Amino acid sequence: MAYVSVKGGERAISNAHQWLDEMRRGDASVPELTVEQIRHQMSLAVDRVMMEGSCYDPELAALAIKQARGDVTEAIFLVRAYRTTLQRFGATEPIKTPEMAVQRRVSAAFKDIPGGQILGPTFDYTHRLLNFDLCDAGPAGVAVKATEPVVEKMPTIASVFAHESLLEQTAAESDDAPEPYDLTREPMAFPAGRDQRLQALARGDEGFLLSLAYASQRGWGSTHPLCGEIRMGDVTVEFTPEELGFPIEIGEIVVTECQMISNFEGSADKPPQFTFGYGLTFGHNERKAMSMAIVDRALRHKEVGENGVHAVQDEEFVLYHSDNVEASGFVQHLKLPHYVDFQAQLQFVRRLCKEWREAREAATPDAGEFAEAAE
Amino acid sequence: MTTQTNRMQHGAYNHAYLDEQTKRMIRRAILKAVAIPGYQVPFGSREMPVPYGWGTGGIQVTASIIGQDDVYKCIDQGADDTTNAVSIRRFFARVADVATTERTAEATIIQTRHRIPEAPLKEGQIMVYQVPQPEPLRGLEPRETETRAMHAYEEYGLQYLSLYESVAAFGRIAGGAGYPVLVDERYLMSPSPIPKFDNPKLHQSEALHLFGAGREKRIYAVPPHTDVRSLDFEDYPFDVQSWDEVCALCGCPDSYKDEVILDDEGTRMFVCSDSSHCSDRRDAGHAGPMAGHELDQGSADAANLEDAE
Repeated sequence: MAYVSVKGGERAISNAHQWLDEMRRGDASVPELTVEQIRHQMSLAVDRVMMEGSCYDPELAALAIKQARGDVTEAIFLVRAYRTTLQRFGATEPIKTPEMAVQRRVSAAFKDIPGGQILGPTFDYTHRLLNFDLCDAGPAGVAVKATEPVVEKMPTIASVFAHESLLEQTAAESDDAPEPYDLTREPMAFPAGRDQRLQALARGDEGFLLSLAYASQRGWGSTHPLCGEIRMGDVTVEFTPEELGFPIEIGEIVVTECQMISNFEGSADKPPQFTFGYGLTFGHNERKAMSMAIVDRALRHKEVGENGVHAVQDEEFVLYHSDNVEASGFVQHLKLPHYVDFQAQLQFVRRLCKEWREAREAATPDAGEFAEAAE
Repeated sequence: MTTQTNRMQHGAYNHAYLDEQTKRMIRRAILKAVAIPGYQVPFGSREMPVPYGWGTGGIQVTASIIGQDDVYKCIDQGADDTTNAVSIRRFFARVADVATTERTAEATIIQTRHRIPEAPLKEGQIMVYQVPQPEPLRGLEPRETETRAMHAYEEYGLQYLSLYESVAAFGRIAGGAGYPVLVDERYLMSPSPIPKFDNPKLHQSEALHLFGAGREKRIYAVPPHTDVRSLDFEDYPFDVQSWDEVCALCGCPDSYKDEVILDDEGTRMFVCSDSSHCSDRRDAGHAGPMAGHELDQGSADAANLEDAE
């Protein structure tokens, strides 16, 4: 009987878990994937899981991918549920992306910019032809790389505009600025500050942000974006332990940063200038960083006096629905039994139906006989 | 799974899973909720090891209030043997090391999804509800900024209008579950998707009722001895569901019923949705027209299996 499945007990659950584990392993005659292999050869999946899982730990992310059978959203959930139990011992200094050891950096705004264009490891100009050599152990790809960073400091796109006030200035961070909003500790609040918004977008689902950004480009809340700069590389992470009182380096992480430029026609208070949308992700993920930057800029419509009538410009719509752990849970909870509520609906519809039939029969007393005659 | 189990076994998780700071934060939210009956208190909901929609809010509330002397009961659709109820009860048996029960009268904390037990609740008992959508006005107004203002100004005209529209369309107030209530004549509140059959049990209840919405990050409460009124009109008074059939297993005439389809010819039976209520009645010698049916056996087996482990 079907309904027995939702009234399964302990045994049903543990049997289901065992079966799931068997499915994860797949054909036992095929060697098992190692966490190390996933970490190094599925590195972009690892990057995405770290980002949306809000936890920079490639090994944990790789483990989560293995456990989730390659289901990235499930892996993100595993990392989140682990992260939430970790103790907090402090916050790092803000990372300095102008000091990034750049692996890739391109600008679409200028043919050449200070620091140069660096193509780096990108799919962008590959021909998407299946490489059948990879069916077997492929050739070990070895690239010739510089031994030293190209430049010590790679200036950002903002420096190009430094001598003209054509680009909006971000307010300098004062020392007594409030702690940044933390969505993992506080509930969503509106109107959302930019810190809250950027955190929500950074944790947000890549596919959701991609579609919003795309819709914006197609005219549903357009910001006419242009990729001022996208860069990917290593940045150092610094932390100031209370007992030391000065920052020390605790490690390096790879991040992707995107600055989208949109023009702004000016207002009574502000001259015409270019405005920014900002995107930042862990690891290498340009699709996410660019989408995030477009959505960030679209959500700033009030600051620049644009009409906000489209979904991408509506912060309640975007921020409440971008989290895939929340979304996936709530959509899929419909699998849980709802027979108490459904019984209530069923009763109601049956009653309406009965009344509808009675009313019809009362209005056309012969209807019943006709129906019988027709049969 | 293995890693998690190992960590649990090595005591890497705190009592009742959440860390003490988080519990304290949630307890503060609960106190505020109790002080302002029916008001939705925002709280810093944590990610839990079960998905949103599976009871993350209820689990966090329970984790913050459960102590070692508590006796914990967990039901889903009124039944203790539904898969998710079994899973959550196991979770607390493991991480909080508490005694569990299926009997309503023995429990100090009853976590629930979609039902209030049939047996009257007593002083000292706490009901913990898993809430998918805490905002009663959400179906009428999608914006949180708007609905918060509506609550602040006690601006509930839209809700009454929607009830009126359903009277105009159906000749009665529609809505079988999650039927809106006014708490202490001030805040409009969603009782969570319990059938409206259960709404009257909230009114002047002896027990404390705590509602946790994890994904929406809200906690609200109905303290003991609080007025809870289901919205209605003088000429269209509130009423609850009733069944022509008695429970097929225990013969109970006035409980909320599950409808069980027995074959593909339309044969069906009605049984108590509250499995504890039903088995108490059967133990007391009551029998329905289909007493001894295999459904009856099935739940007894599940209970035995759990006891064995």
